[in-house]
Amino acid sequence: MHARAEASQEKAAAWPEDIFAILQRYDVRQVPYVPDAGHSQLIQRVLGSSTMRGIPLTTEEEGVALLVGAWAGGQRGVLLMQSSGVGNCINMLSLTQIFRFPFLALVTMRGEWGEFNPWQVPMGSSTQGVLELSGVRVLRATDPSEVKDVMEAAAGQAYGACTPTAVLLSQRLIGAKVFVK
Amino acid sequence: MSKANLLDRRQVVSTLLADRKDALVVAGLGAATYDLAAAGDHARNLSLWGAMGGAVMMGLGLALAQPELPVVVVTGDGEMLMGIGSLATVALQKPKNLSILVLDNEAYGETGGQVSHTSAAADLVGVARACGIENSKAISTLSEIEFFAKAMQDVSSGPRFANVKIDAANLDRVLSSRDGVFVLTRLRGALGYAPI
Repeated sequence: MHARAEASQEKAAAWPEDIFAILQRYDVRQVPYVPDAGHSQLIQRVLGSSTMRGIPLTTEEEGVALLVGAWAGGQRGVLLMQSSGVGNCINMLSLTQIFRFPFLALVTMRGEWGEFNPWQVPMGSSTQGVLELSGVRVLRATDPSEVKDVMEAAAGQAYGACTPTAVLLSQRLIGAKVFVK
Repeated sequence: MSKANLLDRRQVVSTLLADRKDALVVAGLGAATYDLAAAGDHARNLSLWGAMGGAVMMGLGLALAQPELPVVVVTGDGEMLMGIGSLATVALQKPKNLSILVLDNEAYGETGGQVSHTSAAADLVGVARACGIENSKAISTLSEIEFFAKAMQDVSSGPRFANVKIDAANLDRVLSSRDGVFVLTRLRGALGYAPI
């Protein structure tokens, strides 16, 4: 379907495994997501996990509200989405300030490094600004070797301090989607 | 604007929760939140004053985290319409302890009574069923509410969805706490979870 997805399945990357291990260590139980090729390896790990529940959404804002309910019931979660999904979340991100619950989002970026599809560029360009204006702290990982440290910091502040946090996984990290071979 | 033979929303909610036991209740913003407050303040209530469209998803997160406890979402037709996709998300997860009750006055009562989609075309029961929530029905009597109240205590037979057409009269507001941190911390405390 997607060239990038096919390419990523040829050889498993190490950084999604780093993310999965950290989520496991923090006892993350609910993993709402709207699929993205950049998250495909992590989603597979989540769906294969006996402790995590992968929860496909129809729109990303559902995931913000879901994580409030999860925390009310004593469980941590993490929201997986693509940069375009951040725009869908804006009003629901109010909940991070209203409820001060542990909010962590992992956002795969489109519309930046070598993007072929111009439709991805406007939202990709405003993703970080939208999150910051909504009161969410933004960390970014660009090189595979830094994902683990960035993820440790993000999980630490989100789950330890209830500081709403998003990690942007840059398009350079996950690879620009290939449309033409 | 009252129509004959339609149920009173306050009576519906107070009947639903008269013997709630350990149930956790999420109320969607607007009149549903006032109805829940009118039925009595409770540590296991999560009332929303915003985040329109999020009530069912909060109920889902709660239901998945606490599978042994009944979780019920009470919301209005406008709030349900804004989060309509969440019915598909619920159906996929099949939380056996989740019940959803929509108080359908066919209008946006909080903003002046403008008619909603359910007044003419949209059938929420049909939507819920088509999304995959098989146990979806329309309710029109208080005895059906009493039955629903008993059914929601059964945490092995959900999810269930019901839409009840209610009188569109605007009732006096009964206010619950607007402090989200307080409400959430209190609810977590009732379940045995300490603040961070």
